[in-house]
Amino acid sequence: MRVGILGAGPSGLYLGVLLKRADPSHQVTIVERNPADATYGWGVVFSDRTLGSFRDADHRSFVRITDQLVLWDAIDVRLQGEVVRCGGQIFSGISRKRLLQILQERCREVGVELVFEEEVEDPWSRFDGADLLVAADGANSVTRGLHEGIFRPRISQGRSRYVWFGTTLPLDAFTFIFRRNEHGLFQVHAYPFDGSTSTFIVETDEGTWRRAGLDAATEEGSITYCQDLFAEDLGGHRLLSNRSLWLSFPTIRCRTWRHGSVVLLGDAAHTAHFSIGSGTKLAMEDAIALADALTRRDDLDGALADYEAERRPVVERFQQAARESQVYFEETERSTRLEPVQFAFHLLSRSGRMGYEDLRLRDPSFVARVDGWFSAAGGKRTTAVAPPPALVPLQLRGIRLPNRVVVAAPAVDTAEDGVPGEDHRRALETAVATGAGLALTDAVAVSPEGRITPGCPGLYADEQAAAWAAVVTEARADRDVRVGIRLTHAGRRASCRPRDRGVDRPLQEGAWPVVSASALPHGPGMPVPLELEAEGMGAVSAAFTAAARRAAAAGFDFLLLHMAQGSLLASFLSPLSNRREDGYGGSVEARLRFPLQVLDAVRSVWPEDRPLAASISAVDVAPGGAGLDQGVEVAAALRGAGCDLVEVRAGQIVLGAMPSYDPSELVSYSDRIRNDAGVPTLAFGPIGTLDRISTIVAGGRADLCHLLAT
Amino acid sequence: MRVGIGLPNAVPGTDGALLVEWAGRAEAGPFTSLGVVDRLRYNSHEPLTTLAAAAAVTERIGLVTMVVIGPLRNAGLLAKETATIQAVSGGRLVLGLGVGARADDYEAAGVPTAGRGELLSSMIRALRDRWDEPDGLNVDPPPILAGGGSDAAVARVAMHADGYVHGGGPPRSFARVVERVRAAWRDAGRPGEPKLWGQGYIALGDDARERGLAYMRDYYAFTGPFAEKIAAGLLSTPQDVAAFLRGYGDLGCEEMVLLPAVADIDQIGRLEDVLGSLP
Repeated sequence: MRVGILGAGPSGLYLGVLLKRADPSHQVTIVERNPADATYGWGVVFSDRTLGSFRDADHRSFVRITDQLVLWDAIDVRLQGEVVRCGGQIFSGISRKRLLQILQERCREVGVELVFEEEVEDPWSRFDGADLLVAADGANSVTRGLHEGIFRPRISQGRSRYVWFGTTLPLDAFTFIFRRNEHGLFQVHAYPFDGSTSTFIVETDEGTWRRAGLDAATEEGSITYCQDLFAEDLGGHRLLSNRSLWLSFPTIRCRTWRHGSVVLLGDAAHTAHFSIGSGTKLAMEDAIALADALTRRDDLDGALADYEAERRPVVERFQQAARESQVYFEETERSTRLEPVQFAFHLLSRSGRMGYEDLRLRDPSFVARVDGWFSAAGGKRTTAVAPPPALVPLQLRGIRLPNRVVVAAPAVDTAEDGVPGEDHRRALETAVATGAGLALTDAVAVSPEGRITPGCPGLYADEQAAAWAAVVTEARADRDVRVGIRLTHAGRRASCRPRDRGVDRPLQEGAWPVVSASALPHGPGMPVPLELEAEGMGAVSAAFTAAARRAAAAGFDFLLLHMAQGSLLASFLSPLSNRREDGYGGSVEARLRFPLQVLDAVRSVWPEDRPLAASISAVDVAPGGAGLDQGVEVAAALRGAGCDLVEVRAGQIVLGAMPSYDPSELVSYSDRIRNDAGVPTLAFGPIGTLDRISTIVAGGRADLCHLLAT
Repeated sequence: MRVGIGLPNAVPGTDGALLVEWAGRAEAGPFTSLGVVDRLRYNSHEPLTTLAAAAAVTERIGLVTMVVIGPLRNAGLLAKETATIQAVSGGRLVLGLGVGARADDYEAAGVPTAGRGELLSSMIRALRDRWDEPDGLNVDPPPILAGGGSDAAVARVAMHADGYVHGGGPPRSFARVVERVRAAWRDAGRPGEPKLWGQGYIALGDDARERGLAYMRDYYAFTGPFAEKIAAGLLSTPQDVAAFLRGYGDLGCEEMVLLPAVADIDQIGRLEDVLGSLP
């Protein structure tokens, strides 16, 4: 087979080596526009796993690469001068220049033809008669450009500006530096790659970049500015340039990576933000997969199809992780409000791949520092003997929750006339028995029309109040637990059949009229609600306050108003369910008006020393629905009206609209709301261990977490 | 964890007589259910018709679809067919539904693939509504399991189904979906817990292993390079089966249906022996 490869970067060279090794009769030619010894960029990072795949693919280059690796085991986070170190990490880096030398050397050994300093404008005539043309010519691939209509590259530019420098500063850790000056916040990603030099990437948002005049600065000017800014961190060392220009990171995705006998490799096919350090790794793994597929299959089409099918899911996973990381660093401004220890923990656990226990295994002293800080949060001194964050008490008004764990009683549809029965007693008992600091009831209706199903419990009659009082008293007996109640009016999702065979199935017999912010049904086949009029609003508000009074008398410690997930109050908040033109609809402030009135009315009757919380859908998860910015605005308004805590849920504003239950999704909403709206939060999600809860609360992403105990 | 066994309804070469004999043999064994799979463009037997035949020659064993590709069918007809199997079997049907993974099945049925997820969700609601009608069903409605690992599929289980049926793979792949299903279930306010079912492929014995692998590579050829990875999950030794069952059982799987990758009737006896040898 005759193979022409454009680009002598790591992926092109490596592919040449692997193809020639697999079958010496292949004729492989690599053409590169730059000289053999030119290279841009400084160091490259590899994980253990990547090195393992190098070992299996070509042992000789593997040995030469590992000979040149520098290893380090710590991450330093420097925030405004304070350094927090977390050890026990394993990193290895190599200079990009050395890596290319090794691969060039291997190419020569196995008989790959290398041509440097040749500009190829028409790959087809350059490689006339080749069986396969490989575009390994980088993010700005000329070859990809020739078939743009086929490959359909989509390029999304990052919001930040960044520049690659080198430095003579010897580092013994992967180092994140955050510095603020009069222009804004700057951050550095720095790591060693040989014994005497380190990569030093400076990143900032566009506004700061312009205010600092860096948009007009020369290379020398940029170096001077950054050296001054990071003088303390550099300790007198210089920044080195190598065609160091400010860029915004282009994430490239292509519709396909192959067209006839042309195939894209590495950056030509895909890029992933530098902060996860995976560009070279992905490119070289591409080379391994392509060489394998070409060796395994007789037909070129099949081989290229296999290559793409195998690599695409892996690449997309890394692009997703890179995207999350990119956004994290674009939005660091928000988390720099956290204190350095919490900020470092937040940063280290940002991807969800490393949690509290992982970090403790790697560096017990770092985690002891986190524990001590968390236990004493608000105080000046840290505590030497401290429980893990999940088990640290939380004071809300006069109520002290013994730990950060919340367990809700499961739904039970067996109440008669809204009176909680044996099933409800047992459901709450189950929640209490977990050892959670706060046990919550399932939704309890404030009026008969507000029940989700005829079997939902209520708190609108004295008999119900008496039954709840007995349940609460028993649940709390001899236990250090607080008990909370979730009050709801189900709005247009009321009057449904029992939920054992699915939700949102309207009652056929015994149905009652439902109400909502506007006369819009929750979904197809569901009843059209009556728009709540002034009188009805007054009655609903009165029902909430009456229920709150009864809840206080029944002995509940904590009250949660359900304003999420398509309930009556939620229907006011969402533009999808609220089309009112009467001062209760339109802008976010107007849509908030009725829920705030209810909150206010409830606050006035709910005991001063007990916390009042509200549950919201942080996002609607439906086209045309509210996004997270509204969620933050709503949470801030609730806080301003005396709400002590916000439970962060999502979706269910219209039929079937549910969020992703990926481990970090709902928690990320909580993070944003807590830190932007400045209100304590209760997070929900697939949170099944105390380890997860410690990770979430120690990182400042929530103050309390639902535990889904099984 | 209960263990069921598959009928070889999508193993080429299986004839009608073997399906009926297989059902009878499984009924006499320790298995709690008989499973069938669904493919239009493959050398296979239609799953619901197969289960109707199995219902006629059995009395106790559960009958489960792993899964029926819902959008290929019409909701009204599917409600009637499943009600009939439920009646014929005396209430032994468990209806696993999914959207499938192959475009050619949709082409064969003349159904567009776009919007198939929403179609399946509305189909589940329509089935339940139909069964709830006075003339809809004379026995208890069958439980509905929904498959798929996408966010939409997880939401579908939580809002509309009775549980989740996993499409195969090692226990850790089951765990990753189940944690999301459980969270979505609670978030939707569903009482109790979702039913959780799993499936795996068996070809027990050295003489069966190679043929089983060849079948899986062929059946999953449409997944390209992943066919080899899927085939690598074939259970061919008692230890394979023991580890697989233990892994799923520990994660709360209620019932595991082991599908045959070879149409040898003695696979039933071999699996019985393996189950009998487990502690």
